[in-house]
Amino acid sequence: MKKKEVPQDKSNLESANFRELCYAVDENGEYTTENSSGWEPKTVALNNAIEEINERIEDAKNRVIDGKTSPIEYYMELHKMDVSILASYVGFWQWKVKRHFKPSVFKGLSAKTLNKYAAVFEISVDELQNISK
Amino acid sequence: MEIDFTHHQSAHCENGVISNLMKHNGFSVSEPMVFGIGSGLLYCYIPFLKVNHAPVITYRALPGHIFKKFAKRTGIKMKREKFSNPKEAKARLDENLEQNNPVGLQVGVYNLLYFPDEYRFHFNAHNMVVYGKKDDRYLISDPVMEVVTTLSEKELEKVRFAKGAFAPKGHMYYPISFPEKLDLETAIVKGIKDTCKAMLAPVPYVGVKGIHTIAKLIRKWPKKKGVKTANHYLGQVVRMQEEIGTGGGGFRYIYAAFLQESGKMLKNEKLIELSKEMTEIGDLWRDFAVEASRIYKNRSAQTDSYNKVADQLDHIANLEKVFFMKLKKAI
Repeated sequence: MKKKEVPQDKSNLESANFRELCYAVDENGEYTTENSSGWEPKTVALNNAIEEINERIEDAKNRVIDGKTSPIEYYMELHKMDVSILASYVGFWQWKVKRHFKPSVFKGLSAKTLNKYAAVFEISVDELQNISK
Repeated sequence: MEIDFTHHQSAHCENGVISNLMKHNGFSVSEPMVFGIGSGLLYCYIPFLKVNHAPVITYRALPGHIFKKFAKRTGIKMKREKFSNPKEAKARLDENLEQNNPVGLQVGVYNLLYFPDEYRFHFNAHNMVVYGKKDDRYLISDPVMEVVTTLSEKELEKVRFAKGAFAPKGHMYYPISFPEKLDLETAIVKGIKDTCKAMLAPVPYVGVKGIHTIAKLIRKWPKKKGVKTANHYLGQVVRMQEEIGTGGGGFRYIYAAFLQESGKMLKNEKLIELSKEMTEIGDLWRDFAVEASRIYKNRSAQTDSYNKVADQLDHIANLEKVFFMKLKKAI
């Protein structure tokens, strides 16, 4: 890649006001560095990934409303987690976390367990039990 | 207190922390030099692991390996500490800062508030330097950022004790002793040999063979996984190749910069020639990313277009095979 070809496309980096560093050759063929504000092929990939996550969040939300899963799954998606990540944060086995997705099991969870989840998601127990809050 | 520490932006965090700590200790070592000596370049498909519900390919050595190999090959002694107790981790960090010693930390990205939201994933192998503390805020030199920043005690504790794969467990590291003279020449040769070995490894998931394996998978994705998932996977392949940290072209340009610098240092014309070749291969990786992005941008589903990008990968793999065999002989 030539230094003047380092892409300067619009990207999500703008919001944090920084440009990443790329390596490229100057007109004499010497390696140097150049900042890049973004590159479209990866911005599109990132945006698609974000969209995918948002769909998962929306889907989880609908399933909570339909009584098919517990709010824990919704908050897990909201925090871009999967079961293994959430399990390591709350300190439970994965099968236990999955069991807590069952609305009937969720209803009977102890205050201590609910507090653990609420702390990980940085919300109150009230918000955990009622996702519309 | 604030340690007199100069922040230099780098493409990748691990190289950047090493390079910045070396410079702080009076050894001018560039980012590409760290990357090359530490045998950072790699291609590895990690089956059975999924990130963001898509397969994982890494274009670089496992977190921490660049550091380990660089230190070993240059004769630097490192001190590494991990903690189970956040309080202890904080105390040890403060102690080092009191003694004017900037330290490297491994952290999780998800709670790094200065990153754009879109980039905050549960990735736990990010690296930064802490070089002081002012008004209860830690002074942070994050090598991928253009300028320095700060984090509160609570914020720093959270990223040091992020959970999930590669959990940092407060991991803190810093050099404790240096050789009298840094012998980069032999370290370069060792680093190159190791990279050639990995890239030519007779294992289906690693190096040149790994690239062929991914090409084969890409051909199957649209039929086997459906268009939506296939596009999601392809997007992730491009992101792993190009996202912040690779310096472009899946680290190929940084590696080319390393070969150029090494060629001059060792007075080896062949390395300088091979640097040019690696740059051209890097350009082909970029072309692959552009073609792949056309697929997932238009959400097109023609098996043809998947085959086309897979052909590009096969071509790159063939070129890299020849390349690394030549490189092996050049030193």
